[in-house]
Amino acid sequence: MATITAEQVEGRVVETLASFGPDADQITRDSTFEELDIDSLDLVELAQVVEDDYGVVLKGEDMKELKTVGDAIDLIVSRAE
Amino acid sequence: MGVNYRTDRDGAESVVSEIERDGGEAIVLAADVADRDAPDTLFGALESHFDGPVLALVNNAGISRDDLTPSLGDEEWDAVLQTDLTAAFRLTRRALRPMLRARTGRIVNISSIAGLRANPGQANYAAAKAGLIALTKTSAVEVARRGVTVNAVAPGLIETEFIGGASKELLDAIPARRIGTPAEVAACVRFLTSDEASYVTGAVLTVDGGLAA
Repeated sequence: MATITAEQVEGRVVETLASFGPDADQITRDSTFEELDIDSLDLVELAQVVEDDYGVVLKGEDMKELKTVGDAIDLIVSRAE
Repeated sequence: MGVNYRTDRDGAESVVSEIERDGGEAIVLAADVADRDAPDTLFGALESHFDGPVLALVNNAGISRDDLTPSLGDEEWDAVLQTDLTAAFRLTRRALRPMLRARTGRIVNISSIAGLRANPGQANYAAAKAGLIALTKTSAVEVARRGVTVNAVAPGLIETEFIGGASKELLDAIPARRIGTPAEVAACVRFLTSDEASYVTGAVLTVDGGLAA
C-alpha cells in the first residue's frame, strides 16, 4: 500500500464530515464533533469511508474516544502506518 | 433483483422468470444465509452484476425445528436462531453500509405472529422471530435520519410447504376463516419497499387474517 500522508487523510475526513452537514471551511483539526453536530451514526459512516479508502478498520470503541477532528485524523494515520 | 435460495432452486428460478416476464431484471443466487460469509458473497455478486449498490433487502429465509421446550435440543435451538435471527442481523449490517451512503434504503424482515404470541412447540422459532422484531425496531431508529427504513412483516398461517395443512380447529381460530396466500404477504413487502412507504419505519405489519388482533 502506498504511504498515506496526514494531509490526504485530513482532506478525506473533512470532505466526509462536510457531507454530513457542516461547512467544510468550518471544520478544523481542533473542531470537536460536538460543535460540528456530528453524531455517533456520522462517526460510524466516517469509519466505513476510512475502511473502504485506507483499509483501516475502526470499531465503535475507537470512535467513542475521539473528541476532535484532529483525534480522528491522528488515529487513522497511526493505524495506516 | 437477486433471488437467493438454499434448497429450492426451481422455486428461485421460477420467481426470477416471473420478474423478467414483468419487465424486471433478476438473478438467482445460492447461499446458506447462516454462513458467516454469505452477506459479502451475496451483496458482492449483486453489486457487480447490477453495477451499483443494493438498496432493498428482504430477510425471508427461515427454518423451524419444533419441539416442546423441555425436550428442545441445543442443535435445534442454535440452527433456528442462526438462520432466522443471526443471518438477518448480518445481512442487515452489510446492507446498511451502502444504504447509509445513498441516504435511502429499505429493509423488510419477515417475522411471524409466533414472535408476537405464544405458539407451543416453537420456543426457538418464536424467540428468533421476536428477536427479529426487536432488531427491526432498534436498527430502524438508528438509521431513520438517513432515509433508510426497517420494518417487519408478521405473517400468520400462510399456504406454503413450510406450514402444511391447517386443521378445522385452527381455521376456526382465524377471524378471516382461511389461511393466507404468499401473494398477500408479498403485497405488504412490496408496499414496505416502495417509495410510498417512506415514512413507515420500525413497524410490524401483521398479515394474519386477524389472528393476532
